[in-house]
Amino acid sequence: MINPIGNLNKIFDSRIRLGVMSILMVNEEVSFNDLKQMLELTDGNLASHLSTLEENGFLKVHKGFVGRKTNTTYSITKAGEKAFKGHLAALENMIRSIE
Amino acid sequence: MTTEQQHLETLSDIKRIMERSSRFMSLSGLSGVFAGVSALAGAAGALALFHAYYQRWEIRGHYDDADFVQLRLNLILLGLAVMCMAFFGGLYFTWRKAKRSNLPVFDVTSRKVMVNALIPMIAGGAFIVGLMYNNLDVLIAPSCLIFYGMALLNASKYTLTDIRYLGISEITLGILNVFFLRRGLYFWAIGFGFMHIFYGILMWWKYERQTTEE
Repeated sequence: MINPIGNLNKIFDSRIRLGVMSILMVNEEVSFNDLKQMLELTDGNLASHLSTLEENGFLKVHKGFVGRKTNTTYSITKAGEKAFKGHLAALENMIRSIE
Repeated sequence: MTTEQQHLETLSDIKRIMERSSRFMSLSGLSGVFAGVSALAGAAGALALFHAYYQRWEIRGHYDDADFVQLRLNLILLGLAVMCMAFFGGLYFTWRKAKRSNLPVFDVTSRKVMVNALIPMIAGGAFIVGLMYNNLDVLIAPSCLIFYGMALLNASKYTLTDIRYLGISEITLGILNVFFLRRGLYFWAIGFGFMHIFYGILMWWKYERQTTEE
């Protein structure tokens, strides 16, 4: 008996992290504020999820400035793209095996 | 709520987020219809200006430079007025559609549409000012159509795909216009008027009809 959820990535258990990855899959570079707006989150909440993803090497952080204000943007890494696609494939397989 | 249902929801969530974060979906077909109607009204106004100008010429019996300069100025002002009216009217219908679907009007995606449309528009504007400076008036209408088409083509990557085909139609009309100079007003009326109305109705039919019937 193969574990049906063995291929699901633990890191993507959180809906927020899944959301962040979905956005970064289709957008080259997204700023912190734009992520916050699209996912309707608070600063602290988003920041903690982003650092988890960063620690796992799933996203790249670019710290920049717009005038004097910090403007941090995020983009997906090759590893992140691979992990996310793998997670999606696992989800699909699981759903298919149930049908 | 079973786990597989949860996972199915997760998948549709992902799809929705991807769509919403990369394309501006609130663009309303009615914006296009309104812009088209404004353009047709503008074209009728321009026709009246031309008509009055030639009538004055007939009465005077000779060409008058001051009168020509005045006509040119009136046409430019009329064009700018139509552009502003089409833009702000269009913005209203799009704002209304966004409100209905509870989406923000000004977010990353609408900013992308704006920026990508503005680059060819500004280039076109500068190019047209150059044409006027050199009195190459016959080329103004085709240039407007071509650059506007390019702007739509460029912005279409970030909004509804129909905009891509509207862009290609405008570019085609602009190029045709280059081979039929002095018929600019008619091409203008077709491109900015009828095309907008046609695509506007098409988009409204495709994306908004069901929501308005409820």
